Amino acid sequence: MEIRQSKQPNFFLKKRVRLSIMIGLLGVLYVGAAVILNFNSAAFLYLDRGMIWLFQNFIPTSQSITYWYSITQALLRTFVVAVAATSVAGVLALVLAILGAKSTGPSRTLSWVIRGFASIMRNIPIVGWAMLLLFSFKQNDFTGFLALLFLSVGFLTRAFMETIEDVDVEKIQALQVTGASYLQVISQAVLPEITTPLISWLLYMIENNIRDATLVGLLTGTGIGFVFDLYFKSLRYGPAGLVVLAIIILVIAVELVSNYVERRIAA
Amino acid sequence: MISKPEKQLGVVPASRPVMPKLNLSFRLKDKRRRTIYGVIMLLMVTTLATVPTIIPKGVNLVAATQGLIDNIRIMFLHPAVSNTSFGSLVGALVQSIALAFLTTLIGAIFAFFIALMASRNLAPRWLIDIVQSAMAFVRAIPTILWVLIYSVALGLGANAAVIGLTFHSVAYLVKVYADSIDELPKDTLAALRAMGVGFWPLVSQVILPTVMPSFLSWTFIRFEINFANAVAVGAAAGAGGIGYQLFMASGFYFDFHEVGMIVYLILAFTIPLEIISYKLRTRYIKRAGK
Repeated sequence: MEIRQSKQPNFFLKKRVRLSIMIGLLGVLYVGAAVILNFNSAAFLYLDRGMIWLFQNFIPTSQSITYWYSITQALLRTFVVAVAATSVAGVLALVLAILGAKSTGPSRTLSWVIRGFASIMRNIPIVGWAMLLLFSFKQNDFTGFLALLFLSVGFLTRAFMETIEDVDVEKIQALQVTGASYLQVISQAVLPEITTPLISWLLYMIENNIRDATLVGLLTGTGIGFVFDLYFKSLRYGPAGLVVLAIIILVIAVELVSNYVERRIAA
Repeated sequence: MISKPEKQLGVVPASRPVMPKLNLSFRLKDKRRRTIYGVIMLLMVTTLATVPTIIPKGVNLVAATQGLIDNIRIMFLHPAVSNTSFGSLVGALVQSIALAFLTTLIGAIFAFFIALMASRNLAPRWLIDIVQSAMAFVRAIPTILWVLIYSVALGLGANAAVIGLTFHSVAYLVKVYADSIDELPKDTLAALRAMGVGFWPLVSQVILPTVMPSFLSWTFIRFEINFANAVAVGAAAGAGGIGYQLFMASGFYFDFHEVGMIVYLILAFTIPLEIISYKLRTRYIKRAGK
């Protein structure tokens, strides 16, 4: 009884001290990072400025609306390139993931090789891919396509592999004991199990790639990113605002469609 | 005598009661299948229609691929520093890490309070809808555009980069934080409220301790994403850091030895991050996708 009473305040004191140290440490790190970056925290007081700029330029003027057609053309182009890159990456990633997953792969060594490959593809910054490809393939949509493809292959291989490893090993074994061949096991036990998460990942990746395509476009001078850059750097903020508006509409539309599809295919 | 049981078998209406059930499950399965095949077909058609049109005309693909492979070989096998010093590259890496850290920390703080307004367990329906729509809007604009937009409002530099990256962090974290809070059983929270536990004690003594592991895991995953974004923003918006160095080495000096060095430096930081976040994800976040 006495022991418990004397321990109680100690417990709260300890908790409070630990919390204070944590907050203090984060505070020190915050200040340190701000100093390294030369970041002025007062900038958060001006959050409204960007918003005001954005909404002002969303409203099309008689002059900026003339750009709308070419903006939507460029955006549509970027969209199909992003979809194509994701789809091709999806097929490649599926093959790699089946070969690399612990439960379906032929060997441990291959699994590690594929894992490492996916990790490197994914972690080379998109800037690196974009510039590297720009140097060889010059300024065109193909460069953007390949940059998105390489990054997506790394990302999707990783995601698919984890999904496959989530499939019950017993289901695979059950088919194996009935004498099913490797391909039969893959097509009858593994693929039906993972279709839903697979499509869900693909749709997520498409959404992500549309946003990344803007960045790749900025760097390689292609697609919607280039169009934005062109208007933005020549201070034509009206059309630049319209580009942002068009991207928002497209991304939200894709998000809504993928939510709808995910609801329908949820088993 | 022999034919009798066979006849009987034919008469027994064994399949009758099963029929409707079988039909129903088949139809449900069909709807799901139709959607899946539809999506796959759509993706395939789009891809097949797009790929031929993006093959560039004026570029010799074989030579270009050969050049690409050569450059990759230079990058990975002969990394070297020529235009800057190794020390300044490490400094730039630290800058990018600082940017990622700062935006994750600020984002997590904002996102925590906004997530309370976006959780089904804590907030009314209309508020959730408003907050979630606002976050969908923020997420829809690519990070790099947020940074550029703020560089008009605040001037090019660290301020615009931090605010631009924070926007996306907040939108992402609000979604995952709110999902984590939603996973708490509603009954428990209702019981605690009935006992007279106020809103803030409920948040700080019940919700926060329970969801802390998943919050921290998600925040770490976001840190990983923010680092990649910090590199990208450094290159495309000239916000400094290792991304800017990468952009200069590849787009300005065309020095792939140096690109290799920078890529190795980045990998040395991101691959351990990836391993840690994989461990956290499998341990603390049960059935989560992205």
